[in-house]
Amino acid sequence: MANRVAICAVAQTPFSANKWDVRAQGLVWEVVREVREQTGLGFGKDAIQAAVTVSDDVFDARTISDGAITDVVGAHYGAEEKVAADGAQGVYYAAATVLSGHHDVVLLVGHCKESQSASRNMVTHLAFDPFYTRPVGLDYLCAAALQAQAYMARSDVTEDQLADVVVRARRNAAKNPVAQETRAVTREEVLASPMVADPIREAFMYPVSDGAVAMILASERRAQEITDKPVWITGLGNCYDSFFLGERDLAGNFTLERAAQRAYAMAGISMPGKTFDVVEIADQYAHQLPQYAEGLGLCDTNGGGPWLAADGPDKQNVNLSGGMLAGNPLMLGGLVRVAEAVIQLRGEAGEQQVSNARRAVAHGATGPAGQLQTVVVLEN
Amino acid sequence: MKNRNVAIIGSGMSKFSSHREEVNQPEMIHEAVAAALADAQLGLDDVDCVLHGNMELFEMVHQPDMWHVIADGGWGKSGFRLTTGGTTGATLACAADNLVASGLHDVVLAIGFEKLQEGHTTGGITNMADPLWGRSLQTGALTGTGAQKVIDEFGVERARLAAMKYRTIMDEHAMRNRNAHRRLRLERQYIKETAENSPPLAGELRMIHMCSQSDGACAAIFASEDKVRQFGANPAWIVDHETVHREETMIFGSQVSTQRIAAERLFGRHAIGNPREAVDVFEMYDPSAWWGLDWLRDFLLLEGDEHLKMVENGEIALDGTFPVNPSGGVIASNPIGATALVRVVEAAMQIRGTAGEHQVSKPVRRALASGFGGTLWTVLMLLSKEKPACGGVAHE
Repeated sequence: MANRVAICAVAQTPFSANKWDVRAQGLVWEVVREVREQTGLGFGKDAIQAAVTVSDDVFDARTISDGAITDVVGAHYGAEEKVAADGAQGVYYAAATVLSGHHDVVLLVGHCKESQSASRNMVTHLAFDPFYTRPVGLDYLCAAALQAQAYMARSDVTEDQLADVVVRARRNAAKNPVAQETRAVTREEVLASPMVADPIREAFMYPVSDGAVAMILASERRAQEITDKPVWITGLGNCYDSFFLGERDLAGNFTLERAAQRAYAMAGISMPGKTFDVVEIADQYAHQLPQYAEGLGLCDTNGGGPWLAADGPDKQNVNLSGGMLAGNPLMLGGLVRVAEAVIQLRGEAGEQQVSNARRAVAHGATGPAGQLQTVVVLEN
Repeated sequence: MKNRNVAIIGSGMSKFSSHREEVNQPEMIHEAVAAALADAQLGLDDVDCVLHGNMELFEMVHQPDMWHVIADGGWGKSGFRLTTGGTTGATLACAADNLVASGLHDVVLAIGFEKLQEGHTTGGITNMADPLWGRSLQTGALTGTGAQKVIDEFGVERARLAAMKYRTIMDEHAMRNRNAHRRLRLERQYIKETAENSPPLAGELRMIHMCSQSDGACAAIFASEDKVRQFGANPAWIVDHETVHREETMIFGSQVSTQRIAAERLFGRHAIGNPREAVDVFEMYDPSAWWGLDWLRDFLLLEGDEHLKMVENGEIALDGTFPVNPSGGVIASNPIGATALVRVVEAAMQIRGTAGEHQVSKPVRRALASGFGGTLWTVLMLLSKEKPACGGVAHE
């Protein structure tokens, strides 16, 4: 690839369970204003030239959910394109618009208010086909429960270990100024939380969350002008698995391994377990932390249990932000992971800062049991 | 500066119809994907990214790309979903161009679809307006104001005749496109009667002027210059594209049109002063005969009544000097998430010489395709037979 692309600024709203007092436009403006202030850029030909947004019509209960924020992202008589997938895909596409040479400076914004629907599960239930899988009542939570059953059976990861994943997530989240679930919990408390879809307990699950994220991506030449702390996107990969759960190896990482291979090949990485100073995994459910760590090559296949037992997450600086268990909307999971990795590589992670952080990997997933996986490698 | 050249090397469409009850969504999409691969003489292994788009609230399937993986070829490949309303198909084309130009992918399959029969189209469209202050008024493209604007400027008699002349030419084109959904065999001598006998929808906008509500899918294969050479493909090169949105109102009147802004920016970058001379054929997203008629002026940077004359003189006919919508356009077929990609694909077919019975008679060196969506948003794409020099132009 001839060109390079960097993330030059990031901003996040604090995430919370119900931002009833702010509309999507308000959330978006909060973060857009912040990245504009960080960079001093306005909208226009010589400033922010275009926007890529991330949102979802069904979550927003609104056809063309990006229509509501056209003016707020500076696209009144300008360009805006919406990625309707996990936010890490927004990074993927925004990077492509710069690498292609079509734009030099692009604003990337994701927004979602999961609190607006009576049940998040009613939204993801609609992702199942109306003939075979919707009638049996599947939603992303049930799909994740089947994934957890399969993964725990194969890996011997225990419920106690998953409870400790949640305890650790809360501990880290308490040091993250935008995290939602920051109250400390004990293993016993987690294990006492109600079972929602066996083996997933309420505390094993990412909470319903509202928020927005913005970033500015720029070409190499512009990035050097905009910031003295550019974070380069050096690897991008993604992959679809099949749809029907029965056709997939739910205990494995078919699709994440391929997404990671693509990103690592691009970034020239051969030993992912020893490469990264910071790792952000989209752990929508506690079992996904060890499972996706295997898929990302942080530990051996089937090594998730021992990896947890040997403090792998702490040794490899995984989800120092608190991860997704601390609360982000589904659509923004991967985008927040990228944002948190960038904050680390910019040396702005405060109490959680990893010293001399040079290289990070951020992960995003969506679809039933992580059908679509995205991997982003970042370097400063 | 564009990083590298990109071309469309194959395309396919499903059958378009008001009711595709004999197929489900993945089956319908599969028709388009299989046709596109056959057209490009490629197998699925040659594709490395699958882009998907439609408008979810029409069918009420959340993230439908997940389900459609079983038939769109996405399994094990890269891909994701983009949607921007009616412009979705054009956005998919822009995104495919960006992804290949970026070097991230060599061969991208872009798929737009809609199965409007499975939902409530106008309900879905109304839902795009702000729930607090716009939803009770929102009808999308179903508006009488487009007609009124032309009537106010040119008088009711001339405006009505020109709109129906436009409509009739579009139907003559659709009659030559076997894939078109509505082929009515309208006759030029009965223009007045046809309009008068058509039920009014809103003001001077009548049923006969309005686009259809269709089921259908469209797929297009975009490839890098190296792959074009490797495959020995017949390419239609993507020269450039421009996206122009505006804020969330449908206020017409004195507003600057996104069509004219898109045209000025796109033609400006390529030193095109007279698009009617520089471009050989135009596939325009025309939601109604009134808007098709009106937008010609802005897209082609015309003044006064030049656009009316183009229609009145038959210049926009398939064998005319500036053919518009040889496919029959959106009034003939409108599976919304596919519609704007169909425009790009039809423009590419004219360049590749694969349009069959609706191939225009004059040689096609450059073709233009537009998308319409949201609150009067425009995407405009320029394609060429000749490979663009140095990968296009700088955007500064």
